[in-house]
Amino acid sequence: MFFTVSFYIALAIFILGLIYKIATWFRYRVGAEARDTSFMGRVFAALKGIISTLFSVKIVVLLKVFFLDVLFQIRTLRESPLRWVMHLCLFWGFMLLFLWHGLSAIFTAKLFPDYSATVNPFFFLRNLFGLLVIIGLAIAAYRRFVPKLPRLKTSPMDHYVMIIIAVIMVSGYLLEGTKMVSHGRYEVMVEDYADVDDDEALEALESYWVKEFRIVSPTLKGPFDDEVLEQGLEIHEESCAACHSKPQSAFLSYAASRAIKPIAGIVDRAHIHVGLLYIHFMACFIGLAYLPFSKMFHMFASPVSLLANAVMDPEKSDPANIATRQVMELDACTHCGSCSLRCSAGMAFEEIRNVNILPSEKIAAVKALAKGKALSERELRDIQEGLYLCTNCHRCTVACPVGINLQDLWFNVRETVLEKGYPELLTLSPLSFYRGLRRDKIVEDRYREPLLVARKALAEACRAIEADETITDAHIDNLFIKSLALSNQGNTFSYCFTCTTCTSACPVVRNFENPREALGLVPHQIIHAAIVGVGDLIFRANMLWDCLGCYQCQEQCPQGVRVTDVLYELKNIAMKQVNGRPKKTQVGMKS
Amino acid sequence: MKFALLRCCTTPIYLEQYESSTDAVLEKLGVGFVEIKAFNCCGYPLKNSNFKAYVLSSARNLALAEKRDLHMMTFCNCCYISEKNVSRLMKEDPSIRKAVNNTLEKEGLRYEGRTEVRHLLDILYQDIGIEKIKEKMVKTFSGLKLAVHYGCHILRPSQLVQFDQPGTASVFDQLVEVTGAENISWPAQRECCASPIWGINDQLSLDLTDNKVKDAKDSGADYLCVACPFCQLQFDRVRNLSRSGGNGTHQLPSILYTQLLGLGLGLDAGILGINKNELDLSGILDLLS
Repeated sequence: MFFTVSFYIALAIFILGLIYKIATWFRYRVGAEARDTSFMGRVFAALKGIISTLFSVKIVVLLKVFFLDVLFQIRTLRESPLRWVMHLCLFWGFMLLFLWHGLSAIFTAKLFPDYSATVNPFFFLRNLFGLLVIIGLAIAAYRRFVPKLPRLKTSPMDHYVMIIIAVIMVSGYLLEGTKMVSHGRYEVMVEDYADVDDDEALEALESYWVKEFRIVSPTLKGPFDDEVLEQGLEIHEESCAACHSKPQSAFLSYAASRAIKPIAGIVDRAHIHVGLLYIHFMACFIGLAYLPFSKMFHMFASPVSLLANAVMDPEKSDPANIATRQVMELDACTHCGSCSLRCSAGMAFEEIRNVNILPSEKIAAVKALAKGKALSERELRDIQEGLYLCTNCHRCTVACPVGINLQDLWFNVRETVLEKGYPELLTLSPLSFYRGLRRDKIVEDRYREPLLVARKALAEACRAIEADETITDAHIDNLFIKSLALSNQGNTFSYCFTCTTCTSACPVVRNFENPREALGLVPHQIIHAAIVGVGDLIFRANMLWDCLGCYQCQEQCPQGVRVTDVLYELKNIAMKQVNGRPKKTQVGMKS
Repeated sequence: MKFALLRCCTTPIYLEQYESSTDAVLEKLGVGFVEIKAFNCCGYPLKNSNFKAYVLSSARNLALAEKRDLHMMTFCNCCYISEKNVSRLMKEDPSIRKAVNNTLEKEGLRYEGRTEVRHLLDILYQDIGIEKIKEKMVKTFSGLKLAVHYGCHILRPSQLVQFDQPGTASVFDQLVEVTGAENISWPAQRECCASPIWGINDQLSLDLTDNKVKDAKDSGADYLCVACPFCQLQFDRVRNLSRSGGNGTHQLPSILYTQLLGLGLGLDAGILGINKNELDLSGILDLLS
């Protein structure tokens, strides 16, 4: 009764969870494509897309992807053979256990009319499948905890999932092992099934079971006479053999039973097997109820994502379907960390401790955004920085074992986050080159806005001196001079004697008829302002942010000032200074 | 002769043809290389914002190559200067070396300065040599007028890169001439392609690019030839993108050096990705015989 009730509760939570999660695929919005879509519109677009795909030649692609990517998991094999073994063991082991054992009443028993849990091959196979799961689990635990893989993050959810699976497995085999040696269980079975009454025959059967089936009897220890055993065998064959194979074939449980043997009597009298049964069942039910809300939901979302990605084309597919797919992909993520291990910008995380730099963690941030969760300015700006600090190398997308198009996801989300109007100074770095390469995908105004916002934030943060103000002692920032002088890139600035060669060599300066007006300061003026110690004047100047880094100035400098490197360092200082001043007034548009 | 080939972040999506043509040319010329899957970005895009993050990024690549006792080959000028600069810093500055190696040690890596950084052009010129390349040529160009664009970071800062003399550089010119192409002289040859500010100040970037391309055109060139993905993307994709905005009026397609050399070596135009460039290059095939 208890089990039935708790099972149905778990099942109800599971089904409702499943419906809820799948509904979010059509409700949540990620990126610009999702802006003008409605729930029903997306549901119909998806149905239309699915039906038209199923009745087209694309079905061949789907079949190929289903076998190679979903069942054989070839993408994981390409990334790491060890992880492939791990996941295949877990996937197949657990699937088979679930069908063969968990659903034995409605699956195995129907398929094989003489099915019995304790007879071979069922008895043996259950242990074989379990062994696969245990091997997979062991590799997973090893990978997470033993070698220090760089930047692999393990979240509490990763722990929960491993713990639930481990509890299911351990309790299952301990339960079976306990029953194997249990004299109490033996007696119940004899009462129910053995057609013998006289004590001699009963003793013969028990002797046989002690010898051959390794139950632990409180009275009979052996050695036994051959005659007794023979008599026992006869009764066994009549009453028991149809349902019982030798315990050794269930090798995991048998090993557990050997370990329990010395305390078998106590275990039996304390009815430990009942406790184990509760633990085993409850762990399964908790796992079932938790599944739609945990990363294990990927067992539904990942195959769908792999299949959808195989037949969808960003240029031709319905934008409503792309919007749906991008939300679904968030659920397909298994938090395996492949993307972060391969991330080109991953090393930046060692210096800038913002987890949103790592793709596997960025996904969580994108989920929060998609949900429409209220995020603080700090959180949003961290997410924005993480999204912008990406070199668009596409490796996360290639590495993802479930085929999530992470690159497109970052691009879309980046634009919607930028629209919120918080300044992102990284827009003033060559990371913007990649955004520029996709300029045709962004509306003109929205394309320019983040750059203006960043420059405005800079201007507001650098108001210690106005453009045409006379410099006095009060404007001189000795800390600024010191940090430049101690830096590796900037320390040559003071050699300058203002010969203006750098300015003459600069191609940016040459491009303007009136450079001073267009650029604020020209290169030699920047160096001079650095010597004087008025950083704020420099940070506002267009010249600093329009510098190409072409090294013409540095090449020509007669004094050995590493002019270009000094400019690089000045940009570093400016960004730190602005980012380090919290609570800046928000500028630009706010949505 | 074997190198660890550091590809550039820009190439997998936007410049696949640079990868495929480089692979094919290197194979043809017998230059061995391995790809280290764990390589990351050289850190160049981070140099503006965070010097330490930039140094760590480059240093990790150097350490990965050094672990395998390989020198590093790059086909990008920006990767080249970044890695080269960090290699020098790690050798010359004990405090940087210590701090960086402390971080790298967390994943069992360190860099002692044995791995050297080489540019593809440098390897072709120094290690293979013009004569050897000439022997392998099966086709030559005639009537092909090329403007050779070195790109900044292979020349400057000369003290660091020591690739060639910035004022009188000729390595790339010679490598181009071996294909039979006519190497025109043009005043703006050593100027920047302006890609570093594409995405930051597009108008300025385009103006500079256009001036440069116009100069090449006025000097009689029909094509540009480059050996850096940033320059190529600027001359090809960016100019193509912005044509609708009324800019980029000087039609002058750019060919990657590995594509040009590959054609001379008799490699298949498909493998070299001639049709993958955005500005049409197909006319160049007619000049090949």
